[in-house]
Amino acid sequence: MREAILTAIEKNSRIDIADLAAMLGASEVDVANEIAEMEKEHIICGYHTIINWDKTGDEKVSALIEVKVTPQRGMGFDAIAERIYNFSEVTSLYLMSGGFDFTVFIEGKTMKSVAKFVAEKLSPMEAVLSCSTHFVLKKYKDHGTAIEEEKLDERMQVSP
Amino acid sequence: MRNPLSDKVVEIQPSGIRKFFDIVSEMKDAISLGVGEPDFDTPWRIREEGIYTLEKGKTYYTSNSGLMELRKQISEYLVRRYGLDRYDPASEILITVGGSEAIDLAFRAMINPGEEVIIPQPCYVSYLPCAVLADAVPVTINLQEKNDFRLTPEELEAVITPKTKILVLAFPNNPTGAVMTKEDLEKIAKVVIEHDIFVVSDEIYSELTYGNAKHCSIASLPGMRERTIVINGFSKSHAMTGWRLGYACGPENIIRQMIKIHQFAIMCAPTNSQYAAVEALKNCEEEVEKMTVEYDQRRRFLLTRLREMDIQVFEPFGAFYIFPNISRFGLTSDEFATRFLKEYKVAVVPGTAFGDCGEGFVRMSYASSLANLKEAMERMEQFIKTL
Repeated sequence: MREAILTAIEKNSRIDIADLAAMLGASEVDVANEIAEMEKEHIICGYHTIINWDKTGDEKVSALIEVKVTPQRGMGFDAIAERIYNFSEVTSLYLMSGGFDFTVFIEGKTMKSVAKFVAEKLSPMEAVLSCSTHFVLKKYKDHGTAIEEEKLDERMQVSP
Repeated sequence: MRNPLSDKVVEIQPSGIRKFFDIVSEMKDAISLGVGEPDFDTPWRIREEGIYTLEKGKTYYTSNSGLMELRKQISEYLVRRYGLDRYDPASEILITVGGSEAIDLAFRAMINPGEEVIIPQPCYVSYLPCAVLADAVPVTINLQEKNDFRLTPEELEAVITPKTKILVLAFPNNPTGAVMTKEDLEKIAKVVIEHDIFVVSDEIYSELTYGNAKHCSIASLPGMRERTIVINGFSKSHAMTGWRLGYACGPENIIRQMIKIHQFAIMCAPTNSQYAAVEALKNCEEEVEKMTVEYDQRRRFLLTRLREMDIQVFEPFGAFYIFPNISRFGLTSDEFATRFLKEYKVAVVPGTAFGDCGEGFVRMSYASSLANLKEAMERMEQFIKTL
């Protein structure tokens, strides 16, 4: 049942527990308990909303930064990762295979503030060898959801 | 002026769904549970393959029976998925313009005037008129709700005559959502073989089964392959209705005659769709699985909600329809559907559109978003309170 719950709420975390239970053919209590368990076990780590900020008055700038680092003896990458992800500006952090080590996603109010963060916080870290910053120009798809207007149902309304 | 028309065609009644379609299309804001096709778009990789082959200029006729590569893929797919004995791509598979063309071809290739075609109802709207157009005498069986709308050997025996030529089987079923298990089909096969009749098995919903129900093709049973035409296609499984692509598999002697009609009437199925279908069979199992999981969740949702309203409904294990019994409200199917639509703006299809024995039932399609289903059920709850 866990997998079925996760698959369903990954796409729509706001779904009614009653509806979800009906969809899975389980009781509401069981579903609610299972979700609570998974929250406790940190299988479910949070609930987010996909927002198209471009449609609001708020300006947001996001950037992807490729970071090369020197791993620290005895700690590997984890200690450096922690130092980076603790900054509230960092929205995502991944350890990568290939030509660089970390992908850091940053969100800020202005390009300047992002640049400032890189210059003053990220680059000067002792373990950091280099940073290469790429600003996001437009988001087309985020977390499996296409950022577009809702599609109309073009099917004939009744068919055999 | 002389009468320009064929009496045979004039006598055929237009589909009962037509009338409903006309009312619904006037109401732009109605929620429709009347749609007989998937609400998913064709998976992108299939569409992308279609675009690619257009770019490559693959815009010519294919051979009459269809692209060899596609026939090979179908042959392998039927072995892999349903354990059917391998159909020879060269002589036992024909690609058609949707499953509907295959139904028409099968009847026309097999029927002599006056021979009987047994059609268990409620069922998809085209078997009966196609049989009539092929000069057959249609004989219907009224499937029973108490049998979960499965065909029983007794029901079949009761209508067989020396003139019986073909039995039409359409499971998973539109409009009831009924499926027939291997055990159910074994009993039918026994009767079919005993009376030396043939089966046209429309398995277009074969990918859409739920719970423990797994589709079984009657052609996979001993002695049945040589007397069965298996019809299937891509419309429901791969959400490809508009691509118009289906196929028929069967013994060479029947398929050869079907190809002849197809060759003169159609030439070949759309080339672009055929290339896209190759991709569908090669690489889309996961996409099909995803859609099935979602249908299954909506199916359970509808079933739960209808039962909460105390509506009598048998649990469907196939296709994407649910067929609740609304007879206790004292309205005919048609009245129920018309009032539900006019007063609460929800479209469902009266069971009678699928045969007279559909009286007392309505078909609801769950090829619609959960939000729509939820709203429709809320309106249904209000509606039945007024009855």
